[in-house]
Amino acid sequence: MAADRTLNAPTGVAADRTASAPTSLTQATGAPRGTVGESAPRPDGTLKVTGEFAYSSDLWHEDMLWGFTLRSPHAHAAIRSIDTAAALALPGVYAVMTHDDLPAGTHYGLEIRDQPVLAKDRVRYHGEPVAIVAADHPETARRAAARIAVEYEELPLVVGEATATAPDAPLLHPGRRDHHASHVPHPNIVHRQPIRRGDVPAARARADVVVRRDYEVGMQDQAFLGPESGLAVPAEDGGVDLYIATQWLHVDRDQLAPVLGLPADKVRLTLSGVGGAFGAREDLSMQAHACLLALRTGRPVKIVYNRYESFFGHVHRHPAKLTYEHGAARDGTLLYVQCRIVLDGGAYASSSPAVVGNAASLSIGPYVVENVDVEAVALYSNNPPCGAMRGFGAVQACFAYEAQMDAVAAELGLDPVEFRQRNAMSQGATMPTGQVVDSPAPVAELLRRVKALPMPPERAWETAGGPVDVRALPGGLSNTTHGEAVVRGVGYAVGIKNVGFSEGFDDYSTARIRLEVIGGEPVALVHTAMAEVGQGGVTVHTQIARTELGVDRVTLHPADTRVGSAGSTSASRQTYMTGGAVKHACEAVRAEVLRRGRERFGASHPGWAEPERLRLADGKVVTDGGEVIGDLAGILGDGAIDLEREFRHRPTEPFDLRTGQGFGHVQYSFCAHRAVVEVDTELGLVKVVELAAAQDVGKAINPLSVVGQIHGGSTQGLGLAVMEEIVVSADGARVRNPSFTDYLIPTILDTPAMPVEVLELADDHAPYGLRGVGEAPTLSSTPAVVAAIRAATGFPLRRVPVRPEHLTQLTHLTHPAGG
Amino acid sequence: MRVNMTVNGRPYEADDVWEGESLLYVLRERLGLPGSKNACEQGECGSCTVRLDGVPVCACLVAAGQAEGREVVTVEGLADHARQRSVTRAAEAAGAVRPAEPEADQPGEPEADPSTGPGPSRPGQVVGAPLAPVQQAFIDAGAVQCGFCTPGLLVAADELLERNPEPSDADIREALSGNLCRCTGYEKILDAVRLAAARTGEGA
Ligand code: FES
Ligand code: FES
Repeated sequence: MAADRTLNAPTGVAADRTASAPTSLTQATGAPRGTVGESAPRPDGTLKVTGEFAYSSDLWHEDMLWGFTLRSPHAHAAIRSIDTAAALALPGVYAVMTHDDLPAGTHYGLEIRDQPVLAKDRVRYHGEPVAIVAADHPETARRAAARIAVEYEELPLVVGEATATAPDAPLLHPGRRDHHASHVPHPNIVHRQPIRRGDVPAARARADVVVRRDYEVGMQDQAFLGPESGLAVPAEDGGVDLYIATQWLHVDRDQLAPVLGLPADKVRLTLSGVGGAFGAREDLSMQAHACLLALRTGRPVKIVYNRYESFFGHVHRHPAKLTYEHGAARDGTLLYVQCRIVLDGGAYASSSPAVVGNAASLSIGPYVVENVDVEAVALYSNNPPCGAMRGFGAVQACFAYEAQMDAVAAELGLDPVEFRQRNAMSQGATMPTGQVVDSPAPVAELLRRVKALPMPPERAWETAGGPVDVRALPGGLSNTTHGEAVVRGVGYAVGIKNVGFSEGFDDYSTARIRLEVIGGEPVALVHTAMAEVGQGGVTVHTQIARTELGVDRVTLHPADTRVGSAGSTSASRQTYMTGGAVKHACEAVRAEVLRRGRERFGASHPGWAEPERLRLADGKVVTDGGEVIGDLAGILGDGAIDLEREFRHRPTEPFDLRTGQGFGHVQYSFCAHRAVVEVDTELGLVKVVELAAAQDVGKAINPLSVVGQIHGGSTQGLGLAVMEEIVVSADGARVRNPSFTDYLIPTILDTPAMPVEVLELADDHAPYGLRGVGEAPTLSSTPAVVAAIRAATGFPLRRVPVRPEHLTQLTHLTHPAGG
Repeated sequence: MRVNMTVNGRPYEADDVWEGESLLYVLRERLGLPGSKNACEQGECGSCTVRLDGVPVCACLVAAGQAEGREVVTVEGLADHARQRSVTRAAEAAGAVRPAEPEADQPGEPEADPSTGPGPSRPGQVVGAPLAPVQQAFIDAGAVQCGFCTPGLLVAADELLERNPEPSDADIREALSGNLCRCTGYEKILDAVRLAAARTGEGA
């Protein structure tokens, strides 16, 4: 393969791509600087715009083979036999592996190790991996996989709560012994979390208005653009080096090592370029398969999913059925909320237990309600496995509780924003879990801000005297209307999301900082294992190092498992946690700089005796009076300072399994949206005209990136509102739309102008007062858009995504699966 | 089969190409040019957008053999392409043809320096090489997050600005409607194209 690769390309280009995947990034002298609070440019920006940034799918190695995965065509079946002979006989095939060829551990999983590396005698979802192939061309690998003969015998399906908990229901995981097994009401329920507070029956008796409704949220896909991919290279020491796109290197490694039968230090992971994540890279995809094939063949193995396979290669957002009952007094005070949230977790646990905890604890939204009765469960079923996606359990609840808030306000004859503000939580409020919110919670203010923004102009399609601009209308260039039957609607919503890992998890992050003089100038090296997935954590790290160490030049070491864990790039936690670790390690380095300075120059200036009054700026040691008393280059000389530190957020507690009480979350994040839509009421076509957001971010470490996160999250919420759903067939639990032709995500034509208001009310518990940003905007955007469509059309719209057929006179609440 | 084509102004030849291989596969896997991306390989996302004899196409939908003897421009050649264009236009405006001269360094983002830090260096990285206006604008406007959509968007946006130097927002949206981005919500991408147009207009 290497030989026929290219004749004219510069030699060595391709061969070096592997090793260079973890690009070291240095801020060059003379470039614009960025400290904390400035919109510093991305250190990987130039590589990304020139096409030279090496994503995990771009890797190449001399002698490399291509891996391919054979997947189950059935959602539930017994495997009677597997015959790999014909595949092995194909020229160019180097290995075929099934469950029987696994050298050590056979299962993996984030919280519960229930997922087979390769199916043994049973497949539990459509697309489950059954066998893997390594060959010298990707097409050869595909053809070989097609020659593997698997005899299946289909089994009865579990597809929802009724079939999961029926008396004779087939058990997805018979004999399960995980830590949730003992407290769930049925073995097909992964986890159940109730929350009880106050006295709901008494509150119900006092209520003037009661609204009880059912809601449904379809299965959303993260649809990151960079497909699952990576390159495993067998090492001389018997170990393996994996170059990979993931969200958490160390937890990948901890799941891989037992499967490979290797000690953890022989499974070395290095982060490759990651093309988005949004939760879908929390679980393993091709990692184990590539490593197994590499160790088996002794050759580097690359696996790249195509888009079709990607839809089977990662977990999705849990589809949910929710029942909510809200009771309120005539004066607009919410008296109680009772709700039940059923999340379909699919065939394997993934992060379902944590999603249940979030859905339950955040189920009533950012409101003060004294009487609460909540139950959230996740099912095991034969549907596609579901797990982490941006918003993580809070998204489903927010769609329902915000629809309820509008409905209760309507019953009371109150303005929906005013009704929300009247019940909005603020600092000092008590969550249904009993946790007191001890940092700013400006919910009413966020609503006020989005409401106060100017409205987009009406009838924008009308041009002065000219023809109608159909691009400004629902249906766009399809030219389906010139404005007839187009009605505008406006909707509001607000949400609450936790930041960081919760429920007593030991959540920490590690950073190593090396400070030394290079070419006469002090340079800071930042080494963490943080997965940069696009969020801009690398930019933040350079800003923090510059701010804390007063240096100009910052180099970023490739993220790998040679440094301690950085935790996951999820739960909106990385700026808080790995940013916090970088800050913490820089502080330790600074203390050492000052100690060395005092040792050498202490006699020359009394300022050295009071290190707490000294700071580092522009390569100098400066007193709080602004006097320069030393310089970094002089203090460091030839010696480097190299320190690694861990950072933890304050501890949390698990929720009580019966009452849901507990200090479960470390921080909360709030965002409000106002959506303006125009609907062609004859055809049911929706155009979102504007989606305004207001969010409190505590402190905007990088304002440009903050706004980018809010835009991106809002757009994913818009997608869930009006187009995004993985459709699973009702008869066979098979995925029917695994492509970008059939699974639609918003294009630039579907996405409106998105004005953003950013509030910065510091959280005193967090580094720089910052608040995690990434997820909150994904929550409220969906219900705001749907509220606007309700306002325009009058339809109840209890299910997302809303489709044209829901907006015409013909149908209400049709299930798009057609089942 | 053997396929010959010109990519970013240089002749390339690939041997043993299987008939089913796409132009995208040949660029990425045989010619060492992985800048064009592979987000869907079914013509739906635009991440593989390249110019084929000047026309933007999805390289994943072009069979490698169809590129035989033709000119391809990828994101790796975009800066050169933009430079050539501005030189040609300046020359046309001046009524004479002069050889290309390097442009002054653009302001903006710091460069990655492959010579520092652990790990082997990346080849082909020209430190300080000027970017095309649209590339610089993407960095400055915050239009790049994960960046997987970026190469295709840049090729498409550059082509738009080539034929329409002052596009309206509706024009930009129309021209980029075949390019999916999952991270940015497109607002900063619009900003970037507006910025590139404004800067190019000022410079002209
Ligand atoms: S990869 Fe070609 S259009 Fe998506
Ligand atoms: S897809 Fe990630 S930046 Fe566009």
